[in-house]
Amino acid sequence: MKKSLAILFSTVLLLAMILSGCGAKTSTAKTGDIKPTTLNFWTFQELHKGFMDDAVVTWNKNHPDKPIVLKTDVYPYDEQHNKLLIALQSGTGAPDIVDIEISKFANFLKGSKPGLVELNDVVEPVKDKLIMGRMENYAKDGKYYGIDYHVGAEVMYYNKALFEQAGVNINDIVTWDDYIAAGKKIVEKTGKPMTTLETTEHWSYYPLINMQGSDLLGKNGEVILDNEINKKTLEMLKDMLYKDKIAVPAPGGFHHSEEYWAWMNKGNAASVWMPMWYMGRFVQYMPDLKGQMVIRPMPIFPGGKKSAGMGGTGTAITTQGKNIELAKQFLAEAKLSKEGSIKTWSLLGFDPIRSDAWTDPAMSADNKYTDYFGTDIFNTLKAVIGDIGSINVGAKFPNAITLLQKNICFKVLKEQSQTPEQALKEAAEELRTK
Amino acid sequence: MADPSVIGLGKPYNRRSRLRQIFSSQKTAPYVFVLPFILSFLVFFLYPIISTVIMSFQRIDGPEDVTFIGFQNYKNLLNPHFLNAVWLTTRYTFWTILVLVPLPLVLAIFLNKKTTIGKNFFRSAFFMPALTSVIVAGLFFRLAFGEQQTTLVNSMLGVFGIKPTIWLQDADASMFVMVLLCTWRWMGVNIIYFLSGLQGIPEELYEAAAIDGASEFEQFLHITLPSLKPVIMYVVTISVYGGYSMFAESFALWNGPRSPGEIGMTIVNYIYQEGFNNNNLGFGSAIGIALFAIVMAVNLLQLFSSGFFKKEGT
Repeated sequence: MKKSLAILFSTVLLLAMILSGCGAKTSTAKTGDIKPTTLNFWTFQELHKGFMDDAVVTWNKNHPDKPIVLKTDVYPYDEQHNKLLIALQSGTGAPDIVDIEISKFANFLKGSKPGLVELNDVVEPVKDKLIMGRMENYAKDGKYYGIDYHVGAEVMYYNKALFEQAGVNINDIVTWDDYIAAGKKIVEKTGKPMTTLETTEHWSYYPLINMQGSDLLGKNGEVILDNEINKKTLEMLKDMLYKDKIAVPAPGGFHHSEEYWAWMNKGNAASVWMPMWYMGRFVQYMPDLKGQMVIRPMPIFPGGKKSAGMGGTGTAITTQGKNIELAKQFLAEAKLSKEGSIKTWSLLGFDPIRSDAWTDPAMSADNKYTDYFGTDIFNTLKAVIGDIGSINVGAKFPNAITLLQKNICFKVLKEQSQTPEQALKEAAEELRTK
Repeated sequence: MADPSVIGLGKPYNRRSRLRQIFSSQKTAPYVFVLPFILSFLVFFLYPIISTVIMSFQRIDGPEDVTFIGFQNYKNLLNPHFLNAVWLTTRYTFWTILVLVPLPLVLAIFLNKKTTIGKNFFRSAFFMPALTSVIVAGLFFRLAFGEQQTTLVNSMLGVFGIKPTIWLQDADASMFVMVLLCTWRWMGVNIIYFLSGLQGIPEELYEAAAIDGASEFEQFLHITLPSLKPVIMYVVTISVYGGYSMFAESFALWNGPRSPGEIGMTIVNYIYQEGFNNNNLGFGSAIGIALFAIVMAVNLLQLFSSGFFKKEGT
């Protein structure tokens, strides 16, 4: 009797399990008729993950017939680029979509068959609406391989309070001569330097030569590092430090060091020039300057441009992916559409790469950047956007940037062991032999 | 020995007994036991070394873009960056050996004395840094040796009226920081080596010397030092290797191979920069082979000069 009861009980249990299993099966079949495609995304910037996650939600809403799941890995900067390099060199293990920083991009375009997918078919239809200078940074032989997040317009960040204290009007500064003259007054009246110069990075020097139409490399990748404009500009920076005495070397060596942020947060310098994307660093790391900083166009050189497009990250698609076409369409919608471009501003605080996004009402809505810098940020940008060109990112670019950071800027501006001419010539000769 | 009933003719083998036969055979068993080592040696050591040697003669632009360029990569080694890296790493190795042999030796002698109080505490305290992540330690040192007046080291020096130093943007000061970081990290390990050496010296030698009227210093000079010679040689040898292969400390202090003016550019940092940052894997391999040759040469030189091979021969 006991035995038969046990058999009955276990049969009932078994049936219940089978039936519940069937039930579960039918329910998944109903809701998930189309299986989402998983795409892998590698980035070195946590903020970019948030942007892409948002883009996936939009994509899945707009394309219920081909939903995707984005699996994102956020790595440290060096680690991600090295991992990608090894994956592409060995022919296995690369993600579908990947962020590559501009100074590393040329590394991935070496050789006759880059491991990245050509994006011309998604870029060309919207060509007239894009700031194409930004696309050229990630192109080789007329083929585009990466899509940037921003324009990276170079702007000047002024400390309003120190200018008021010194009785100098910020809006009177138009040329570099005006800037240096104002700097002398600031130093005299406030005892604080007008600005800080990077000695171990390139953001103080590179935009200035670019605004004068010069570069590290020429259009065809030839080395023009030691030309007259570059020499004079480096001399001007050196003079700002040691002759005019309106600048000091950035504490910690560069504008991304913890020491600089702590020092600057106390209002220790009256201005700094950095690209537009540097707004995020102010908001995040220098909160005490909220309401004190304003953004204005760069001082100009005679006959020079009003700004330069600096920095950037090209999002690319690797040839190793199994769903290249889908990844390409998703990337295009995320970053090349007007909506996507507006999101680079509202989510990331970047200046969008589509010019028609700039006039959209969404751009004038209040956010943490307008709270910090005031509401006229976009007017300042609109005034300079037409002047932003590309930089020449040839095969020697990663090497040139390294030499600029470690040798030229440091030896001339900090160590003073070489003159601008010596340092530029030495680095240029080395690059020419590579 | 194998069970004769199992391997006897006419009886079917079963798998278990066959395995037992292999493991108990004096001929095959040793090979089976060393097989894991041989396999891992072949896959993780010999194969990478051979492919590094091959790659050092190549220019590699992509998986399908490989060209043999003869000795070009080795010719390119004669550039100021590589020479600077060799010179810097040699100086670093010299300083670390100069500090990391005598200092742990003296400390080990103190920690070996019966009269020292809190021996176990000090032993573990000295050893603790070796267990710390070098990246965490490097980050701590980077922030502690910041250039501002308010950073840890500068504010401590300020108490004595010493002006703030820009530690990590000056060649000499940064060498000091690198050697200090290395000392902090490896002293405990070297103390352990010396302690184990000291504990192997028979107590009777000291007693006899004391009866003969030898002072403590004479005992150290004539008993401790000669007895510790093999340990000292071992520590120097691994310090040469450790010094020349230094990477992580410099990487953490300057957040990558980007020390200004290359004041922290060691040879391995240079491999990293060329191989990965500049996607120049062929040249990176050539630097690696050169580093191997340098370490071998220095170690052989040191072993020859200390009479290591002579002793073996006699």
